Parts: sequence; structure tokens; C-alpha cells
Amino acid sequence: MIDFFIPVADWINTAFDAISLSISPTLRTISAFLETIIKGFENILLWPPEVVILVLASILVWRVAGAKLAVFAFLGLLATIGMDVWQETMATVALALSGTLVSLLFAIPLGILASQSNTAERIIRPILDFMQTLPSFVYLIPAVMFFGMGKVAALVATMIFAMPPPVRLTNLGIREVSHEMVEAARSFGSNRWQTLVDVQLPLAMPTIMAGVNQCIMMALSMTVIASMIGAGGLGLVVLRSMQTLDIGMGTVGGLGIVILAIILDRLTESIAGDNRNNR
Amino acid sequence: MSLIEVNNLFKIFGKNPTKAQKMLAEGYSKDQILSKLQATVAVNDASFTVEQGELFVVMGLSGSGKSTLIRCLNRLIEPTSGRVIIDGAEVTKMDHNALQDLRRQKISMVFQGFAVFPHMTVLENTAYGLKIRGLPLKERNQKAYETLEMVGLKGWENYYPDQLSGGMKQRVGLARALATEPDILLMDEAFSALDPLIRKEMQNELIQLQNTVRRTIVFITHDLDEALKIGDRIALMKDGAIVQIGTPEEILMNPASNYVEKFVEDVDRSRVLTAEMVMKKPIAVVTYPKDGPRVALRCMRENGISSIFAVDNRFRLQGIVMAEDALEAVEQNQKDLTQILNRDISTVKPDTILKDLFSLLSQNNLPLAVVDNENRLLGIIVRGSVMAKLAEGGGADD
Repeated sequence: MIDFFIPVADWINTAFDAISLSISPTLRTISAFLETIIKGFENILLWPPEVVILVLASILVWRVAGAKLAVFAFLGLLATIGMDVWQETMATVALALSGTLVSLLFAIPLGILASQSNTAERIIRPILDFMQTLPSFVYLIPAVMFFGMGKVAALVATMIFAMPPPVRLTNLGIREVSHEMVEAARSFGSNRWQTLVDVQLPLAMPTIMAGVNQCIMMALSMTVIASMIGAGGLGLVVLRSMQTLDIGMGTVGGLGIVILAIILDRLTESIAGDNRNNR
Repeated sequence: MSLIEVNNLFKIFGKNPTKAQKMLAEGYSKDQILSKLQATVAVNDASFTVEQGELFVVMGLSGSGKSTLIRCLNRLIEPTSGRVIIDGAEVTKMDHNALQDLRRQKISMVFQGFAVFPHMTVLENTAYGLKIRGLPLKERNQKAYETLEMVGLKGWENYYPDQLSGGMKQRVGLARALATEPDILLMDEAFSALDPLIRKEMQNELIQLQNTVRRTIVFITHDLDEALKIGDRIALMKDGAIVQIGTPEEILMNPASNYVEKFVEDVDRSRVLTAEMVMKKPIAVVTYPKDGPRVALRCMRENGISSIFAVDNRFRLQGIVMAEDALEAVEQNQKDLTQILNRDISTVKPDTILKDLFSLLSQNNLPLAVVDNENRLLGIIVRGSVMAKLAEGGGADD
């Protein structure tokens, strides 16, 4: 019999204790910053009367994605008011959007970096693999340890979950730009930055937008799981109904999320589509 | 001094280029090196010079290293060893900034797959090189408008490349390269992706462009007809090495190796075609001694030629009159052509084969006269029309 024991759990716990203690001032700064973002979104969405947001959102959808989706958005959001989950829906939107925003803030530069250097790609890729294969429940714990229960921890967990696709797709999109295009730019004396901005990024835009779409979808799905660490919103409705075996309430929460998912997905898809047509 | 000078240029792709190069020097073949070192010899000891204003064609089959070679000239591909000197400056030793400057100011490139930017309009594409050079928007657009007009795309400025045909896309590619007014134009199989008709049209236009503003052009092609038609000189490449460099006539008449000969076999019409098939009808002649220098001069001007044959009243060849001599004679008020008539001219018979015409044509710049047994002028042969005929694929039918 093999008889040995690797105390991974002990090591990690000791390490985390040490780390969280030593970097707690930094953590507080980050925490405050993230909280500002979420609060900002929540304030924008919840401060005006429901009808105002409902109409504004429908108009926005209509302008970007056309009348069909606008009608759906109007009716869907109206239904969330009818089901009395407007507050929760908007909280979820706020979290998903801030999650997306913060993710993209890191993901797109990282993707560009990975596309410019093979070394960077070799380093970033396994980290992304790790982030994507690690069960999401596992990083809820360190998120809570570092940032405490609440929306900030939820945002951090969302970020980890939603970041890999846009990084990968940004990298892929840029690397897929035809070699001759890049050569053409370089042959006129473009430096790296000019080549990137004038040629590579515009041509990679459809792929990058697909990454943004993925990012939003994943952020939205994470908000449900993150309700366990205090994300609130529709996720909390679902979580509570699970704990109380309230099928009706669970359906309401689920419906709200589906409505949001459809609107956000189609919306970003049509933005990506516009980009393709402009080429 | 030559504008472009390439000395002992090597490009070896793979892990161990230095060792591969050593093996090359020891006489190993390209295939042996590939199997031993997994290194590909793309350019093998290439040396050549290109003169100011010359259209230099590098011709070879796919995989002969010609595309790599042309990219070594502006260092889109970093040569393994050897020197590239452009306008006295050693490109292979330039640092990053100097190289960027060279590409911005002196060299531009046209690509096989056009490589026009799909997200930019025709105008933006054309102005791209100027934008990179840092020209203000108004000036670069102005220049782009002019260049587009020159390549025949006036009115298409605000279209996107998607809306254009292949030939038009390559015109955009060409305009983009010309807009920066480069000293050197690199054209990498620029017309190969076009269908034959459009290709011929583009070749003609390139020749026309060269006639107005002579640029130094390095043109890559795998098509011998194209090379013969447009090239001032041709370098033939095989397995990364340059096998022969020469004028189209030299290549056709004295193929340096079996490889070149094989190419040329396709163009063996040079041995089949006769003077009669390539000559032009003598539309413009002067009658000697009836006509004077004024008549000769006017006739040349009307026909846009710089020399004219003189015949007697039975159309027998008497000699040739050059435009500058005629002009002088007019100024000196000479009444007839006796003093300026050049009687020492080369004549050929209608059944002289083309092969034999080349040496005569390259000896002097005068057109050849085709005469019958009684010395009657049947036709005129100029160098350009012979090459055009060859390139057109025989064309004895018209």
C-alpha cells in the first residue's frame, strides 16, 4: 500500500491567511474600486422609475438590434415588473455588466499581449485553462476570503469566470488576420502599434466581439452561482426558492435570467454583425 | 551606381541556418540539408544589381524562392546572410528606425493577394502609406485622388474593396504603392491572381506607367510570357539560386542551362516566327528624293515615331532619316534629304526567323527594314513589337 499524505489543503489555508493579512490594504482599495462600479450601475438602473428604464432600454435595443428584439425586450422587462422581480433583475444586470466591464478591461489587453508575443501566449494560456476548468465553486471561497461576503466577491468570481473567452478570442482574432495584410502594413513602414490599431484590431473585431458576447453570457450565468456568496439579484431568488422548495418562485427567477440572457445575447450579436458588415 | 545591389544573399528557414549555410558551401544539396537539418534553403547565394529606372523581373516556379528574395529587399523577411544595398545605404545593417524610414520613403510593395485593407475605403487604402508617413489628412487625400485617377479608379474613392473586382482591387494595391512616390516598387506576383485578359491589360498599363514616370521595379512572376513582355532584364531562379540574368533576348537565345531551356521551349515560337509575321506595315515613309526634311519631320510627328524610312518611287528602300537630323536640316533650310539620309541600315528578308532578328535588333536601336528580293520595303520591325508578339503567344494570326 502507498501510504503518504500531501497536505495541500493545509498549505493553501496557511498561504491564504498569510497573503490576505499582508495585502489587506491593497485588497481594500481594490474592493472599494469594484464596489464603486457595481454601485454605479445599480444606481443608474434603479434610481429612475421602472418605466423610464424600461422605455430607454427598449429604445436602445431598437436602435442597435431592430424592432423585433425591442418588442421582446419591452415585453420581457415588463414581465419582470409584473412578477415583482424588477429590483432583482436590475441588480443582476448591474452585476453582469460590471463583471463584463472589468473582465474586458483586463481581457482585451491580455489578448492583445498574447497575440503579439508567443512567450506571453505560452504563459497566459495555461492560466486561462486553469481558470476555465477549475469548478466555479472552488474560487468562490478565496473570493470570499479576500473580499468578504457580498457583491465585490461575487464580482471577482464573475471576473475569473468570464475573462478567459474574450482573452482567447482577442488573441485568436488578431492572429487570424491574414499574413499578407500584416505584411502590407509593415511594408509601408507601419510600426507595431500602427499595424495593430490600423489593421489587426479592425480586422479582428468580429472575433473580438464574439468574445465580448461570450463574456457577457458567462458573467450572467455566474451571477446565479455567485448568489451563494451574496451577489443578490435574481440568483438570490433562485437560491432561496431552492432552499424553501418553492418551484413557483424558482421559475420566476429563472425566467428573469432567461429574458436577460436573450436580450443581451442578441444585442451583442447584432453589434458584432454590424462590425462584420462594415468590412 | 546601381540603385539596388544584392550580394551573396542567403535565406535559410529552420533551426540551424548557420550550419545549413556551411553545408551549402561544402556542396550539399538543398534536399540533403532539408533531411539532415530540417532547414529549408529559400534563397541560395543570390547576387544581382538593378539600375535606376529598370524593370527587373525575377522569374521562377513556385518554391524557387523568388517571393522570399523580394521580401529580403525590404526585410519583411530577415536574410540569413549577405548584403542588400539600396541607393548606397546598406539595408541589411539598418536598425529598426532606419528600416522603417526606408519603407516609408523609398520602397513600396504590391502583393499577389492584393492585400488591400477590407475595412478601409479605396481612398483610405490609397492614402495608407502617406498616413504612416505622417502626412496631414488633406494632403494625403489629395495625393490619393491623383494616384487613383492615374490608375483609372476615379470615382471609386468611397467604395470598399468588397465592392470591387479583382482587377480593380489590384489597381487599388498599385495606387497605394504609387501614392508614396517610391524610388522602388516591389511587385510580388502582382498580376498572377488576375484572369488572363485583365492581366494583359494591367501589364500594358504598367508599361504605359513606366513610359511616363520611369520607376525602378522589381517584379516577381512565374510566367515567362509576362517576364518577356514587361522585363528590361530577367533573372531566372531555381531552388533559391539565380541561374541566369539577362535581357529577354539573351534569355531566349542563349539559355544558360537546361532549366532555362525548358522554360524557353515553351516560347520556342521565337524559332518559328518569321520577320513577316511580326513586322508592321510601313504606314509612314518618305519618298526620296522627292520629299524634303519638313515633310519627313511632319510625318514622324504625326505618327509619333523618331525615325522614318525613305523609299524611292518604286518603294525601294533608300535609307532612314532620324528626327533630330531632320530637325537640324529644317533649321539649316536644307531642301532635300541627301545629307541626312542614313544608307547604312540593316535589312532582313521576310522569311528570316525571329531568332536571328534579335542579334540585329540588340546591335542598334534603329528599326529593322524587311525587304523583298528587289529591295522593296515590305515592313518594319521594332524591338518592342517583337517582344510583345512573343508574349502574346505567337499571334501570327493578325
